[in-house]
Order: sequence, then C-alpha cells, then structure tokens
Amino acid sequence: MGFPHQPHPKETVVLSQYFGDPDARTYKGWVKRGGYEALRNALATAPAAVVEQVKESGLRGRGGAGFPTGLKWSFMPKAKTRPHYVCVNADESEPGTFKDREIMRWTPHALLEGAAIAAHAIQAEVVVIYIRGEFTEPWAITEKALAEADAAGVFGTIKVYLHRGAGAYICGEETALMNSIEGKRGNPRIKPPFPAVAGLFGMPTTINNVETLAAVPHILNRGAAWYRGLSLSNPQSTGTKLFSVCGHVQRPGNYEVTLGFPLKDLLYDLCGGPLPGRTLKACIPGGSSVPILTREETEACLLDYEGVVASGSMLGSGGVIVFDDSTDMVYQIMRLARFYAHESCAQCTQCREGTAWTTKILERILAGQGKTEDLDLLLDLSENMTGKTICVLSDSCAAPIVSGIKKFRGEFDAYLAGARSPVPVG
Amino acid sequence: MAEGVITLTIDGVPVSVPPGTLVIEAAKQAGVLVPHYCYHPGLEVAGVCRMCLVEIEKAPKLQIACATTVTEGMVVKTQTVQAKDARQGVLEFLLINHPLDCPICDQAGECELQDFVFQEGRAATRYGEFAKRFNPVEDFGPDILYVPNRCILCTRCVRFMEDLAREPVLNVSERGDRAFVGIHPDARLDHPWAGNVVDLCPVGSLLSKDFLHKARAWELDKTPSICTGCSQGCNISLDTREEVVVRVRPRSNLEVNQYFICDHGRMHYPWMNRGDRIEAPLVKHNGELRATDWEEAFDRVVTILRGAAGGGKAVAIVSPGASSEALALVKRLLSGFDWKGAFQVVMGDEAPLPGVPNLALRAERVPNAKGAERLGYTRDYAAALAAAATASVVFVLDDPDCGVQTAGALIYAGTVLPAESTCRNADVVLPIANVAEEEGTFVNRDGREQRYFPAKPAPGMAQPAAWVFGELVAAMGLAEAQR
Ligand SMILES: Cc1cc2nc3c(=O)[nH]c(=O)nc-3n(C[C@H](O)[C@H](O)[C@H](O)COP(=O)(O)O)c2cc1C
Ligand code: FES
Repeated sequence: MGFPHQPHPKETVVLSQYFGDPDARTYKGWVKRGGYEALRNALATAPAAVVEQVKESGLRGRGGAGFPTGLKWSFMPKAKTRPHYVCVNADESEPGTFKDREIMRWTPHALLEGAAIAAHAIQAEVVVIYIRGEFTEPWAITEKALAEADAAGVFGTIKVYLHRGAGAYICGEETALMNSIEGKRGNPRIKPPFPAVAGLFGMPTTINNVETLAAVPHILNRGAAWYRGLSLSNPQSTGTKLFSVCGHVQRPGNYEVTLGFPLKDLLYDLCGGPLPGRTLKACIPGGSSVPILTREETEACLLDYEGVVASGSMLGSGGVIVFDDSTDMVYQIMRLARFYAHESCAQCTQCREGTAWTTKILERILAGQGKTEDLDLLLDLSENMTGKTICVLSDSCAAPIVSGIKKFRGEFDAYLAGARSPVPVG
Repeated sequence: MAEGVITLTIDGVPVSVPPGTLVIEAAKQAGVLVPHYCYHPGLEVAGVCRMCLVEIEKAPKLQIACATTVTEGMVVKTQTVQAKDARQGVLEFLLINHPLDCPICDQAGECELQDFVFQEGRAATRYGEFAKRFNPVEDFGPDILYVPNRCILCTRCVRFMEDLAREPVLNVSERGDRAFVGIHPDARLDHPWAGNVVDLCPVGSLLSKDFLHKARAWELDKTPSICTGCSQGCNISLDTREEVVVRVRPRSNLEVNQYFICDHGRMHYPWMNRGDRIEAPLVKHNGELRATDWEEAFDRVVTILRGAAGGGKAVAIVSPGASSEALALVKRLLSGFDWKGAFQVVMGDEAPLPGVPNLALRAERVPNAKGAERLGYTRDYAAALAAAATASVVFVLDDPDCGVQTAGALIYAGTVLPAESTCRNADVVLPIANVAEEEGTFVNRDGREQRYFPAKPAPGMAQPAAWVFGELVAAMGLAEAQR
C-alpha cells in the first residue's frame, strides 16, 4: 500500500499508488501524475456514455452494500427537470474500517476527480462531501485540495461542498446522511423513495462511497475492460479493493488487492500472520456489521462479494478484524453489541431496545451471572432484530451475535457454567 | 379491474380502494385493524415503531402496512406466524422499559399498548431483573405532563408539533435506548392546539393536567357533540363520569376538524357542570318570582302572548349558542307579532392549526351564529335591546347578562339566573337544558349543519329549549298554522 510500509508484491496498487507521497496531495502534484485527465475526457463525453463505461467496468459500491455503481447512476432521471445531487459518503465509521481516511489523506484529488466525473455522468450541479466529524486531518487536507482545484477551475459550474459530520455512526447510512446535511436529525428514511427519486433536499441524488468514486478516474483512464480484467475469482467482482486490517496480525494497515484474493494470503503474507506464538482464531472480514468467520472459514475465504458470502459472511466495507487465540470472543461480541446500542438512532423499536437489551445480556454473561436460557434468548432477540427495521444497523448488531454463538458456543457455555472467571464490564 | 380502483385481498377478504391507498387503510375496509403505534391518519407517515409488520405475498420480507401502498392483486396476510411473531417481538421490546404502572395511569383502558399486548403479546417478560430506564416526569406546558418512562417514542407528538402546529418545539433527544422526547429548553408546549398531543399519544406518556387522575377510562360515557367554543364546529366527544362532564376530546370529521380540537375548545366544558342552575319554572306573583310547574308557566306565557298579540311589537334576545331548533320555534312563537330577533357574538383572537386547511379557533367564539342568521336573527343587538324597551313582549333565550329593560312583558328561558341579571324582572322564567343535556343542531361558519346529543340529564325540571318552545307553539295553536 505504500504507507506506512512498502507495497507487498502481491498487492495490486491502483488507488494506493501515491499513499505516503505528500506531493500527490497538491493540485500540481496530482496533475503531474496524470490527474484530472479522466475528468477532462469525461466532460468531452456524453453523460450516458460515461455511465456505460462504469457499468461495463463492473465497479461495485465499496461502502458496504456492493451495489453496481453504473447501474445506480443509471437510475437517475435522464430528462432533467430538477436539480441533481452527488453525495460522497466519507463518514467512514464502521468499526475496523479506515480506508477512506487514507484516500482522503493522500489522494484527495482522486476523490474530487471521481466525484466531478460522477456529477457529470448524472448531470448534477452540486456535490456534497460528507466527512466524518472526527476526521480532522482528512478534513483539512480535502479542504485544501478542494480550494486548489476550485482555484484551477476544474469543476466548471459544478459546486462542491464539504459537510462535516458530528460523530454519529448512523450518519453513514445514506438517507441519514442526507437528513444530516439538510440540518435534520440523522435518522435513516423509509425507502422507497430511493435517493435517485427523492434524495438530498428531495431531489434526485446519487450517493457513493469515497473508495468507489476514487476508482472511477482509473476506470476512465485505463478502460472498463482493464478494470473488468482485475478479477481473481468471480467475474461479478471486479477491480481492486482496499482492505483495512486490524487486530492480531504483525503488520496491520491498508492493503490493496484484486478482488478474489485469498483472505488467508492477506493475513499471513501481506500482514505477516499472527503475532509470535499465537494462532488465528477468528476474523470479521467486512467491518463490524458482518458475521464472524472461524479460522477454517477465514483460511478458505476468497475476498470478493460472492466469495465472502460463500464463506458465511459479507465483504461489507472491507474492514478485516483479526482475532488470535488469546481473544475472549464473548467479550469482543459484547463490545460490538455495545457499539450498536450506543449508535442506534432510536427510531425503530427493535433496534432501539434490542441493541441495548442484547448488550445487557452479554454483559451479564461476562459477569458470570448468565442464565442457561440466555443464549436462546439472544438468538431469539436477534431474529426479531433482523430484517424488520428501516436500515440494517439492527441486523448488524445481530450478525456477530448469531454467528458468534453458533461458532464459539463453547466460550459462552464456559461463562454460563462458571468455568471461566468473570470479566468486569463497565 | 375498474378504472382508478385497485383490488387486493387482506386476510382473504377482497377489497377495492383508490390507487395510493396505504395497506393499513385498505385493511380497515376489510375489517382488519393492523396493530400500529406511530401511524396516525392525520399525521405524516413515520414508519418507525415497526408494529404494523405484515406479510405481503412475493415480498422478500415482512413489510410495514403503514408505509406500503396497495398494488393490483396484492395479497396481504396479517395473521401469519411470521407476522405475529414480529409484532410480538415489537411488543416485548416496547415493554422492557415500560413501567407497567397501569393501575395509576390515566391511559389505562384506552391504551394501545395495553390493548395490543393483551391481544397478541407475550404472557410473561424475559427481561428479567434488569433495571428499567428511568427519567423523571416533566412539565411540558400549561396542561401537559410528559412521563418519559411510559414513552414508546412513536413520535406522533413530535410530528404534530412540527408538521401541523408548525411550532417544532419537540424532538427525539439522545440515541439508542436513552432516547426520549425532548422539549426546546426555552419553549413550552403552549401552542393553542398543543393539547392534541395528549390525544395522539398512544400510551400514557403525555397527560392532560386537567384530566389527571380524574377518572378511569372505563368509567366514562362518551357522547357525540359539537364544540361550542367557536364557529368552526369541531366534532367532539363529551366524556362524562356519573353525569358530570370530565373531558372533551375530538371526534374525527375529515371535513371540519380532522382529528383535532384546539385547547380553548378542550377546556370549554366546566360550565356545563354548573351547580347554580334554574331547576323549576318561575312565575311572577305580586312582583315576586315563585317556583311552579310547567303547566302554570305555559299558561302564563300563553296569556301574555294572547293579550299582547295583534299588532304588538315583540323582541327576542337570543344566545347564538342555542340550537337552531329552539331558535326556529321562538321565531314561530312570535309569528303573530311585528318581531325583531338579535344576538351578540363574543369575539377573540383567531388561532389556526397551520398544517390543516380551514381549521382554526375562530374569532367568533359562538357555535350557532350562522344558524341564528339563517332564521332571520341579526347581529343588531343594541337596536334590539333599544326596541325591547317599548315592545309589548320580550323573549330572552339564555342571555341573562343582556341587561334588557322593558315596559312590556318579559319571558326568560335560560339555564342560570344570576343575582344581578335584569332577567330577574321576568314575568315567567323557563328552565332549560344546556348543550350537554339536549339534542340539537348547530350551523357552523361554513354552513354545515351538525347534530349534538345529550350527554347527561338536565337538572330538576329543566327541559331542552326546543321542547319548551315546541310546547308553547302547540299551546298557541301555531304548529298547524305554520304548515
Ligand atoms: C448503519 C450504516 C452505516 C453506514 N456507514 C457507511 C459509511 O460510513 N460509509 C459508507 O460509504 N457507507 C456506509 N453505509 C452504506 C451506505 O448506506 C451506502 O450504501 C453507501 O454509501 C453507498 O455507496 P456505494 O454504493 O459507493 O458503496 C452505511 C450503511 C449503514 C446501514
Ligand atoms: S405503524 Fe407502521 S411502523 Fe409504526
């Protein structure tokens, strides 16, 4: 990935080529590296043709859902009767995910260029970049890059705004993000209507993740066929993806690999494997919201949208959280549940009450006061929290609980049987 | 498939509804009440409580009936195991932090949480020994208390204040299970229509101070009535307990007041329970009013009218809160006279509910001015009072403070007779029922004729004014003559 360590030979360096190179942050430095070439070409191409290229590339959303980007763009009304908006989702708050931050820190112009191309493709006059509130450094760098780009006139009549989040995970959900920009409480909206029909300020809107948009200039520069060719396993998953690896590995960090890359190689080769004397126990491959994989599942998993699903989880945001044999899975699952209980927007009953209740049960189990029926209760509550709410925050809380109990039941049972000494949770 | 109509089945019952109808509304036509909390037909859809989950054939997962519009051939099932389990789950989640203090809660008996838990909830809790969330009771406004512990965060109150009152002083504060309904620190819930949040609250979280601990819901009798607070004619229910009006609530009428009433109307009832009522007919003997029976009172009135009839002048000073029936009969009773009828309108400030077209607390604070005008009564009150001085007969209908003076005969029909009222000079006093004690019709400012019904008996011998004047019209032989 280039920063903080040299790219590993097995990486496919596209997005992360200039990570660690401060000169690439500047407008001049970016242009010197071929920047804004793709935008210039795009502006000379009909919007529909740009959408077509992105469709052909097979690029899918890197924000978590993996929705085909070109298809999403094509949902925008062709006949323009109202203003169109592009929203850039730079709220990156999913635990274990820190790739968008690196894109903004090192190659802010890649994001700006991608956003400008998207604006042209969907005929938007306004781009709003919603940056996570805690991202002070990415904010400052992106702000500076935007000022430079504006001064150089790269956006023409397109207006680009930076909007700073105020520290809510839920504001990464696309419609909550739009409410937040509008000055409202960051609550997800009921869908339909989808953003392409009624998004920001009720106008047709396309929202994309930072990494999704940063890939677009490369696709236009090198061609859809090249991008589509970047696929090691399933042809439905194309291109490169940044994986943020954290937890029990020797070299945590961001790694860029072609989709379909074996998770085992990512962890053992690129990240240097477990810490000395330790062995891999479990892994969450797609940010905290997806089911946990066992060691066996992890080592057999191919990192693309279909591969991770086949292994029993989801690719999600590409935040890879690694646990070695020293890990107390019950404790880790409690910490995840606690995060969701803290971040639930409180709209939907199941999420508001369920995230808090499941957290309390997990805390009780850890404190050695669990009841034999607690695991069934957790599974039943998780069932009630899945597929029934406006957004998937509630499902995200249930996913690690259900998979955790299924795959690491012995650890829960040890607490319940009093065979494990209680952990103070405060 | 008929034009402009969508046909679907709900629990096996086919229904046809206009396009755009929500499944929850279509279900009502099939006789199916889908359990719900955040949905209210008078408010914007929120879709947050997730109580109305139903199964819709071909949909990949359960859908909320309150935000799903009907499509042709849709098959909706509300009673499948999945749907019932999902709703039972919601009820369980709502109850874990709900205090179950129903025995001291005003909402008990008309609580949607109680009702649906009884209908499809679990028999026992699985929340165990965890402590429930606790927040102290808050004073939200002149008549409103907020009990956060009972709140299920359906946001009906928040949406009412934001979208209909357009005074967004309420919000959902905090996140997760710490959330509660918050009020702007510098604001009070004192909008002229704020009281509706108490009715909208599906549980006992928003309470009326006026009604606090006054009655249990199941002790109340409800009578359809019309608000007498202004000329809007809002449809209301008079809630009585042991023949005392204890509460006024809106009754839905989409053409007049939708689901709402203003606070002025809501509080416009204590006088209905006045104890200082005239309970028997009074007739003047040797300059003094004496209680008597209806027969003698009627005889006296007939004697007065017969003696004065034929070219004499008559004046009727009437209350614009009297029923159109009573006003019509007074007019008929005076048909042999050169008569003049007038009423006085009390005025106040107009206070609209901005989110609902043509709904306001009207400046005219009387319910039947339009009805009186239609019958030929005028607003020329001063002229009528002046004419009364020389008229041979003056009728006053429930306007004891009019200050009337006359050289002729004075007949007063009313509910009360204050010590300083000039109506104490009357030759005959006829005790009548008030609006809560009779059946009648008002005509609202838009010309809509609306009936109201008796909620409690009139005191003593008092009778509805329409009955009193009907008897007199008959005694005068005018009933046939007019046909
Ligand atoms: C609770 C929640 C949090 C989310 N947070 C983020 C986020 O921080 N960043 C992001 O790009 N997408 C996030 N998403 C996904 C977005 O809703 C949306 O799918 C994404 O921005 C679409 O962009 P893409 O198609 O380019 O991936 C979140 C979704 C949910 C339900
Ligand atoms: S009534 Fe449908 S979600 Fe609340």
